[in-house]
Amino acid sequence: MAGAAPGGRAAVRRLVWPVMLPLAFLALWTVAVERHWVAEGIVPSPLQVAQSWYRWIFGTPTRSLSPYSGTWLAAVLYSSRRVLQGFLIAAAVGIPLGLFVGWNRLVARLVDPSIQLLRPVPITAWLPFAIAVFGIYDASALFLIGLGAFYPIVVNTTHGVRDTNLLLLRAARMMGAGERTILTRVVFRSALPSIFTGLRLGIGVAWTAVIVAEMIAVKSGLGYVLWDAYYVGRMDICVATMLSVGLLGFVSDRALQLLARLVLRWRTLEAHA
Amino acid sequence: MTDRPVIELADVWKTFDTGGRPVEALQGVSLSVARNEFAAILGPSGCGKSTLLNMVAGFEAPTRGAVRFDGEPVCTPGPRRAVVFQEPALFPWYTVLDNITFGLRTRGLAPAAYRARVETIVEQVGLRGFESHYPAELSGGMKQRVGIARVLVMDPDVLLMDEPFGSLDAQTRAVMQELLLAVWERHQQTVLFVTHDIEEALLLADSVSVMTARPGRIKTRITVALPRPRALEVTTSPFFNELKREVLALIREESGRAAIEGARRG
Repeated sequence: MAGAAPGGRAAVRRLVWPVMLPLAFLALWTVAVERHWVAEGIVPSPLQVAQSWYRWIFGTPTRSLSPYSGTWLAAVLYSSRRVLQGFLIAAAVGIPLGLFVGWNRLVARLVDPSIQLLRPVPITAWLPFAIAVFGIYDASALFLIGLGAFYPIVVNTTHGVRDTNLLLLRAARMMGAGERTILTRVVFRSALPSIFTGLRLGIGVAWTAVIVAEMIAVKSGLGYVLWDAYYVGRMDICVATMLSVGLLGFVSDRALQLLARLVLRWRTLEAHA
Repeated sequence: MTDRPVIELADVWKTFDTGGRPVEALQGVSLSVARNEFAAILGPSGCGKSTLLNMVAGFEAPTRGAVRFDGEPVCTPGPRRAVVFQEPALFPWYTVLDNITFGLRTRGLAPAAYRARVETIVEQVGLRGFESHYPAELSGGMKQRVGIARVLVMDPDVLLMDEPFGSLDAQTRAVMQELLLAVWERHQQTVLFVTHDIEEALLLADSVSVMTARPGRIKTRITVALPRPRALEVTTSPFFNELKREVLALIREESGRAAIEGARRG
């Protein structure tokens, strides 16, 4: 009994502690709506949001009067596909470019100033330009998502490369490794933890960019639903969309973390040594 | 057999530019190492002995003078001059076996071509059973075994060792010294071994070059006429102690001079 109590208490702390704040918030939210502390008809109650979200996901698209009924998965797939495509483009460009910028002083001098000059331009500021050049099509969205995710990926890759231990470079050289071998087997491997940091930051930016792009530059996906629902006064759907995006961002970040843990197994060993 | 030395330093000077203030690391060092010789360089920390080794490895270039390997001036690092560093400098993302075969794979050799040789050396340095471990799972001594194995498998012309056992505890160091002696008996590679440990230098080497404190110069070269094969027990023999006294006297003279000069400067 005495032995079981501390273990049980630890489990309670692990399971109960994290949900306390969200539950308190939900309670406050419910009370605030019921007691009319907030503007009536504008802020929906948690229950309304849950019901609308449920219908949005599981409702039948054709029979229902609600235009959102059953369209959740389609919107999620549109947004996810754009995020994935933009993110992959950003990684495919950002990682190799970061490797070269970090490795070669000449490339750094050529490319780095341009990256640093363009980086402070907010991704939202690119919107008119993207629409003017690419039109109201997927290309606009992909451009914004790719550009947004590109910066953290390229910057973190560059840092990772520059942090490569000089002794490991010397070791590789004395074993006869040429530039290409060193770049792929030493520098890239050594920069991988930093690269993953860049990728995680990048996918976060990608979700931000996809919502912005879909609100204005394309006519599908969660961002489009969000803006559309706002216009027709469906704040319940707006809130459900916000929560959906949050959930997707969380899941994609966790997926990257999992991948990093698999690829960087040697690093977890180091942490436990 | 030619008498041409494998490693030759002719009047080598090295100046480092640290923040605008030039620091003389080496001052006119001349040294030659014959084929199959185990040459030790003994000196206090900061005397430039690692700099000397780095120049032979091709990591650094001399400010003045010539560093030659097999008659050719050294310009870049290469697999014929293998280095064992003080820090093991293993690739943490590779297993023990992948670390050991790095040089061979770099050369584009097929695993079949080197498997037997790698297995022999893994056995010799005592790494059997650890092939699939990662460096993070190894102790300092085991890591340094990998550092030695990965250069032995390349069959280099010379082994350059920069205080390879400097960061190990006394017991592990003794074990590793015996291991190196045993390995050297088998391979008889030319070795340039840098250390600040008098006993280590005398136990392992055929010749000990004693260096002065900064700026580094070679003060004397002592021949260690101890019979081979050697074991740790040799360090208790009268002859060994006589050699040790001789080297100690040289070093005391040197540190005395350095202390006086330091005081004068201060």
